[in-house]
Amino acid sequence: MESRSSLDAPTPAEVRVLDAAVGLRHDTVDARVIRRGPDRRHLLLPALHALQDGVGWISPEALGELCARLEVPRAEAFGVATFYALLRTEAGPATVVHACDDIACRVHPDYRDPAAAHAAHAAGESVGVHPSPCLGQCDRAPALFVQRSGAEAARWRAVGSVADALATAGTEPASPRVLAAGPAWLTGRIGVVDPASLEDYRAHGGYGALRTALAVGPDAVLREIADSGLRGRGGAAFPTGVKWRAVAASARRERYVVCNADESEPGTFKDRVLMEGDPYALVESMTIAAAAVGATRGYVYIRGEYPEAEERVAHAIDRARHRGLLGSDVAGSGLDFDIEVRRGAGAYICGEETALFNSLEGYRGEPRSKPPFPTEAGLFGRPTVVNNVETLHNVTVILNAGAEAFRRVGTAESPGTKLFSIAGSVANPGVYEVPFGTRLDELLALAGAPGAGGAVLLGGAAGMFVSPDATDLPLTFEDSRMAGLTLGSGSVTVFDRSVDIGDIVERITSFFRDESCGQCVPCRVGTVRQHETIVRLRNGSALPDDGELLEDLAGVMGDASICGLGHTAASAVTSALRLGLIAGAPASSGNGTGR
Amino acid sequence: MSTPVPVGLPRRKVDVQVNGVERSAPEGATILDVCQAAGLEVPTICWAPTITPVNACRVCVVELEGARTLVPACSRRVTEGMVISTDSERVRASRRMVLELLASSVDLSRAEADILRWLEEYGADPQRHGADRARVSEPVRRHDELYVRDYDRCVLCYKCVDACGTEAQHTFAIAVAGRGFEARISTEFDVELPESACVYCGNCIGVCPTGALIFTREFDLRRSGQFDPGAQAVTTTVCPYCGVGCNLELHTQDDQIFRVTSPADHEVTSGHLCIKGRFGFEYAGGARPGRPDTSNPETIRDADAPA
Ligand SMILES: Cc1cc2nc3c(=O)[nH]c(=O)nc-3n(C[C@H](O)[C@H](O)[C@H](O)COP(=O)(O)O)c2cc1C
Ligand code: SF4
Ligand code: SF4
Ligand code: SF4
Ligand code: FES
Ligand code: FES
Repeated sequence: MESRSSLDAPTPAEVRVLDAAVGLRHDTVDARVIRRGPDRRHLLLPALHALQDGVGWISPEALGELCARLEVPRAEAFGVATFYALLRTEAGPATVVHACDDIACRVHPDYRDPAAAHAAHAAGESVGVHPSPCLGQCDRAPALFVQRSGAEAARWRAVGSVADALATAGTEPASPRVLAAGPAWLTGRIGVVDPASLEDYRAHGGYGALRTALAVGPDAVLREIADSGLRGRGGAAFPTGVKWRAVAASARRERYVVCNADESEPGTFKDRVLMEGDPYALVESMTIAAAAVGATRGYVYIRGEYPEAEERVAHAIDRARHRGLLGSDVAGSGLDFDIEVRRGAGAYICGEETALFNSLEGYRGEPRSKPPFPTEAGLFGRPTVVNNVETLHNVTVILNAGAEAFRRVGTAESPGTKLFSIAGSVANPGVYEVPFGTRLDELLALAGAPGAGGAVLLGGAAGMFVSPDATDLPLTFEDSRMAGLTLGSGSVTVFDRSVDIGDIVERITSFFRDESCGQCVPCRVGTVRQHETIVRLRNGSALPDDGELLEDLAGVMGDASICGLGHTAASAVTSALRLGLIAGAPASSGNGTGR
Repeated sequence: MSTPVPVGLPRRKVDVQVNGVERSAPEGATILDVCQAAGLEVPTICWAPTITPVNACRVCVVELEGARTLVPACSRRVTEGMVISTDSERVRASRRMVLELLASSVDLSRAEADILRWLEEYGADPQRHGADRARVSEPVRRHDELYVRDYDRCVLCYKCVDACGTEAQHTFAIAVAGRGFEARISTEFDVELPESACVYCGNCIGVCPTGALIFTREFDLRRSGQFDPGAQAVTTTVCPYCGVGCNLELHTQDDQIFRVTSPADHEVTSGHLCIKGRFGFEYAGGARPGRPDTSNPETIRDADAPA
């Protein structure tokens, strides 16, 4: 191939994309010596998306020109582009089908190995098929995500075969199954309101909570959220009121509200369902958060594989702005707040809050060292409230019903309702809203899980397998912690007795191997060694000390990694070994932490 | 980097306990600072005195009472009442694993002497990860006569990236590309250095702890088996090219310069140089090894180059 240089001229098509995405080049910038310029770096990821969508890849010439325009060093921009699974730095087919081969899809009767699916697809066409981690549509397994570039750039989600996926361009996906056993606080409007219509949202109680919030003032809102006992639904269960108060009390004036909608934990899709079905509630909740903590700007970071959610949330923001519910004088209250949607690009780690900030700022999605915590130094180094989609949806619920009523549902330590994403070997996969304290077996019955035998994975790849005789677990933060489990993102993936759990465990270990950001040694190398060891255990080539090796790996990843990805990369494996779920592997006596 | 001049109130003291002994440290000090002041060795790979910690290698972890996980000594600042163990069984286990994981994936044979010693001391056993384990496998990048990049030895400590970028050179010729185990130090699209933004200051070589970045002459000597610490000398001199006055250390073997460094604690350079000081010997025929800086002959001393 002829050698191409980042200093050569981009094609006219690339120039058009860049003109639209980032504007013209500052004429004083010398492309040969690009230092880090001021302020515009956060446009890097959106611009890389624009090139990927418009041209199909990020060429050396386009990258060079983009870097000159944004004043970002070329090597750094290349480092960013190569971090993400949905961005390509080599020319390839204009259409790529990302075929999920993750834990829920691979146990579906219609599932086919992506490699086989590729082979079966008419050869010679400009279609690539890539195996993909969970696409967040496990309720519609086996899942596909199509990325088409060029003049008709589009992204859509699909099910079934690759040929079907290519044929269903733009058709509405089947509506998800949503069921509430108890108050439908979070899901009540889903499937009932028109997600595009602000009027319909208002007709169903929308924007009443913001009116209350503006009327009672920030201190009262902070008190209400704190009194409600609301805890984060993104996995760490941190008290939301404490987080908000820390930001509100900050001495720094520039503050941010960030919604973490990167939902990439295998088996989890509830945030997608909330955003697609009730997008205005998210906009309203973020506005309340901004009013409470004094933020002027908000971002919703939505994973790149959620085009409908992105479109609906962006539309809702647009409509709200149009009606004066966002902007320099929100609802005539003097509050100055606006929201922007940012699209992720295929990286599980960007759901970790500090990695998300780096990604949004135009850096590699590598987690930062904590402390300092986001409440002190978050997005752009400023105090930041970062909350999960479901956490934020609870905010309108609390302001509408009052903290006291909120606390009457659930338990003292886990008040309110919780969404569970249930998929795998169940008759009725979907999103289930239940009061905290509902037992796991009750939940499984609702979803039509098979009776005896099999296994349940609670909390996704970062979670743990539940012993078949322990499914009477009350689903609360405190009970799961006492049982040595975690609710995590609230995913419940069910495997009937025909499923080879060793295969699921192996997939989980390759997930962590693929998704490690690579920054720290325990996780970058440890996840590879863990995957290799599980492969050895399963194919009969285990080394004498492999059991001990797995415990040592669990120990160092759990103890010495930088972030939660490394900390939890061994939990599913350890729990499966302890329960003797991996055929051929000796049941271990390890305590799960390697300590 | 010179120590900041204190202004305003003097820094307060923080009292902590390290391995059962009460210690006091100025506010803002790291656990590593406290340990170093107390004469306790804490291994470090990605930390350097002149670079803001990236805390990526995790070999410096210590146990902090009340913390769920171990914490990196190099970057965690002390706060009042911290109870720290630097040598517990749990700490040693993690350090051993970090060293073992590194040794299992890259070639550490030319790493700094300390790293080789820690591998021994902590009992790292890379072989137990099996013969078929994945390793970093990259071609040697030798694109010119100045320096070679041999990423099979790279531990991704980020030091070269930071030296090239925010911490010294502000050139940003190299960065980490890719993700996870596939992450590599790279120019944009892996173009050769002359095509990149590189200005050949060699500051990346100066900070590399593993020999992944190495002067071409040294690389050739080592590859041909002629590298001979017994026949080597280090000569300290001052760079003749401009008025800044950077200290140079010329490393020679048989009258040939094979490496040029500057002391990391030198107040002008902090170990960093420019192309003239670092590689100027290539065109400065006058810099005859063995006959350098005759005004200052006592600076000639034996090399302590790693084997
Ligand atoms: C590897 C990793 C991935 C994560 N992914 C998500 C995610 O997709 N969505 C999310 O809300 N939180 C995710 N988190 C948790 C966030 O770091 C953070 O705790 C959360 O967004 C805080 O919001 P909450 O308090 O409302 O839960 C992840 C954490 C880790 C370590
Ligand atoms: S634990 Fe893994 S994902 Fe987290 S910072 Fe370290 S390498 Fe990156
Ligand atoms: S020689 Fe200097 S400019 Fe070139 S990569 Fe190394 S540090 Fe950067
Ligand atoms: S090349 Fe050397 S300095 Fe750079 S990251 Fe690798 S080991 Fe560190
Ligand atoms: S979409 Fe396939 S496992 Fe979630
Ligand atoms: S020396 Fe502290 S993490 Fe590397």
